[in-house]
Amino acid sequence: MGFKLRKISCLIAACAMFAGGAMSTAVAQSQGPLRIEITDGVIEPLPFAIPDFVAEDGGSNDIARSISRVIAADLASTGLFREIPQDAFISGISNFANPVAYADWKAINAQALITGAVSSAGGNVNVKFRVFDVFSGQPLGEGLQFAGSAAGWRRMAHKVADIVYSRITGESGYFDSRVVFVSESGPKNARRKRLAIMDYDGANVQYLTDSSALVLAPRFSPQGDRVLYTSYETGFPQVYVLDVATVGRRVLSSQEGTMTFAPRFSPDGRTVVYSLSAGGNTDLYTMDIASGQARRLTQAPSIETAPSFSPDGSKIVFESDRSGNQQLYVMPASGGEATRISFGQGRYGTPVWSPRGDLIAFTKQNAGRFHIGVMRTDGSEERLLTASFLDEGPTWSPNGRVIMFTRESQGASGEAALYSVDISGRNLRRVVTEGAASDPAWSPLLN
Amino acid sequence: MKHFAMTALFVGALALSACSKDRFGSDGYGNGAGGAGGDYVAGSASDPRSPAYFNQTVGDRILFAVDQSNLSPDAVQVLTQQATWLIENTSYTAVIEGHADEQGTREYNLALGARRASAVQNFLIDRGVAPNRLQTVSYGKERPLEICSDELCYSKNRRAVTVLAAGAITS
Repeated sequence: MGFKLRKISCLIAACAMFAGGAMSTAVAQSQGPLRIEITDGVIEPLPFAIPDFVAEDGGSNDIARSISRVIAADLASTGLFREIPQDAFISGISNFANPVAYADWKAINAQALITGAVSSAGGNVNVKFRVFDVFSGQPLGEGLQFAGSAAGWRRMAHKVADIVYSRITGESGYFDSRVVFVSESGPKNARRKRLAIMDYDGANVQYLTDSSALVLAPRFSPQGDRVLYTSYETGFPQVYVLDVATVGRRVLSSQEGTMTFAPRFSPDGRTVVYSLSAGGNTDLYTMDIASGQARRLTQAPSIETAPSFSPDGSKIVFESDRSGNQQLYVMPASGGEATRISFGQGRYGTPVWSPRGDLIAFTKQNAGRFHIGVMRTDGSEERLLTASFLDEGPTWSPNGRVIMFTRESQGASGEAALYSVDISGRNLRRVVTEGAASDPAWSPLLN
Repeated sequence: MKHFAMTALFVGALALSACSKDRFGSDGYGNGAGGAGGDYVAGSASDPRSPAYFNQTVGDRILFAVDQSNLSPDAVQVLTQQATWLIENTSYTAVIEGHADEQGTREYNLALGARRASAVQNFLIDRGVAPNRLQTVSYGKERPLEICSDELCYSKNRRAVTVLAAGAITS
């Protein structure tokens, strides 16, 4: 589904430029132009106001309100923004083209104001929006508009939110994205699992497989068009590749007497790195998807699994118990000598390279607890973001700012759920899913 | 004594591997489609040629220590009897399932289960069972037998189970 995006020519204003790249913890608000600088200081989220978007025709009332609600939810979910309740508003926005009464928004301490208008005709909707820096009394960037099908209204809302997020933080957004995961049902000792896909916020769930075969750990292609996963369809775990649009699937590698699992795409989407177990020994392999040509990367009696490419495709991070227990290693993407990068207490697994290339997320097991953590790619500056009975399997948001993972509660009634956390360790949230869910994998930003 | 359909004899194995399915056409759930091995008198677990006897008297499973895949003396004893039984009852093949407890990441546990299943397979082959009668599969932590979250349950979940399937080798 594509969207037409164009500028609202009459609204062109000086576009505030922000230096991007600031990572790590928390929020600071500067005194100058509207901006959240994501730095190490922990400060209050930035207050914003979003009046319901103006319906420019009678039929657009519901969709206009729904779009503005999704934008508000996206922004608030980051923990970087706080929505000012609409009942605190002094004035409303009844006409998108009218000048903004900055004083009324300043009085309720809204630092950002988002206004918009929606019109619809023949199953299509048009969404216009503007962002204002209330305290400096200026528009923040140009007004923009999207046109698309009414059925895709949530995506349009996410796109607006991505642009607002980006203008205020200087970083790219992540709201117009999807998550593939494993939907779970049934008791713990006979759990049924099926592949499902949803919007990043849990909406629009669609099932990709039935629950006749156990499925595990799906992974998106860099283009978001395909998913790799492990299925017990034949009775033995094998890696499959599934086309998201057609839901057609095929086994990637089926070698008698072997098991394959833990697949992940290379950044160009042409190669898969995965684990293959033969005779009880698990090593890493790559396979060229087009030719089916496999290549062995490791040759050790230890367990080598959970590989993940660096975003430039030159390296692979993986876990191995060659030292006696699970630790993280980095090696060239073609195989060869591996360097251990994890040295803290406990065991480290499921490393995933961030899309920005600067961090590796991992699962850590120590003293009977599980953690999701991040470290630099040389293993330095390890930080643990979560702690629970069982947290595992991190996946990065497209902008490298948020990590989603599986949290499972203990005991006979224990159930898996999806959670997300900011890489600062703040803003831990449960991602709402219909039933139990595990093994999330975040897509790239959609087009 | 009463004659049972082949599949009725798999109840014991079923309880251990709720979702397992082998490559020989016999469905772990016992749906009545089997019978590949022919009929025989199945008194119960007291018939030494019955899978029920294998499961209950010989013992179809062994347990492992945390993170380990080496065979304990108890395991060696059980597997020695398994080997003897399999050599005497050539109309069965087996899929050896390796399992792990929930204290571990999903991928690691799959690899660990593969190690455990393979340790059993290698032992049985060493004791004279034809290699082409044995297959292995790892379920990692996906199919716990006991569902509490303490060592009492974990110790029973760290297991390898030899699941019999009807039918001599086809190729």
